[in-house]
Amino acid sequence: MSLSERLHPGLNLAGTDPEGHEAAEEVLFGFWIFLMSDLVLFAVLFATYAAMSVQGIAGGPRPAEVFDLTAAFLETMLLLLSSFAFGFAMLEMKYRENRRRVLSWLLVTGVLGAAFVGMELHDYYVMITAHAAPPQASGFLSAYYLLTGTHALHVSSGLVWMAIMAVQVMVIGFSTPVKLRLMRLALFWHMLDVVWIGIFTFVYLFGVVS
Amino acid sequence: MSNRGPADTPPSEYEDEGRERLSYVVGLVLALLLTTGAFAVVWLDLLSGGAALAALGLLALVQAVVHLRYFLHIDLARSHRDDLLLILFTVLILLIMVSGTIWILYDQHIRMMA
Repeated sequence: MSLSERLHPGLNLAGTDPEGHEAAEEVLFGFWIFLMSDLVLFAVLFATYAAMSVQGIAGGPRPAEVFDLTAAFLETMLLLLSSFAFGFAMLEMKYRENRRRVLSWLLVTGVLGAAFVGMELHDYYVMITAHAAPPQASGFLSAYYLLTGTHALHVSSGLVWMAIMAVQVMVIGFSTPVKLRLMRLALFWHMLDVVWIGIFTFVYLFGVVS
Repeated sequence: MSNRGPADTPPSEYEDEGRERLSYVVGLVLALLLTTGAFAVVWLDLLSGGAALAALGLLALVQAVVHLRYFLHIDLARSHRDDLLLILFTVLILLIMVSGTIWILYDQHIRMMA
């Protein structure tokens, strides 16, 4: 098997770090399996939401009355740019191993991610105070908070993981284990953005259209 | 980029880097277009009812594929098919669980209302 071959999802180390590239195949594939099972969790929450948003209104507010599409659009942009910034952090790691540049891109990624979580919490606040739409109001709202909350919790744990990795990059530098951890975090981060595509489409846009 | 790394790095790596950088940029541009398109359908009332839902679903599917291809570097040609097979199998499981859940809950709902 040629070492320039792609061995796993995400950016491969082939070409700059043959040793790390070979070590990566196993751990990244294992992490990919975890991500797929995480996707199954989200799918079930989506299915619950799909049923509840139609049949579980219970006399409470309807989706179109409580959703703010402008906020959803901005959140989408924040998460997308954050995912993109992580890609550039990975390129700096692969080709230059320049700590300062990798840390700056990670900082950009983290700030955008934190802004995303902040906006979502603000959305919750507005929904609960201005629209009288707390989680206990109806099946639709319980499912909504559960689905978006699980996603926000994933993003938040990604941020904690990112902070830990930033410290590891500063203290340990780019050893093979640190690189492989960053690569797994990158997969996690990109996958959360894929899940968000489902949320902004099937929750926000579908909710306002129908 | 001003910082070009050590002078003894073979030039092919820079080609690789250019290609990989381009992949992220293309992914971002496509994702921006698809996202803006999806929101435009709703904001500008381009379509309504079932047609709007179908268009939004299609845009989301295409954008998910764009993210997998350009950010997660999954493709049909050069790979290592394990990753792709795992995705396809997961998608199969997802479809069964999601459509099954929606079907059963809808059926229960109809019976409760009757």
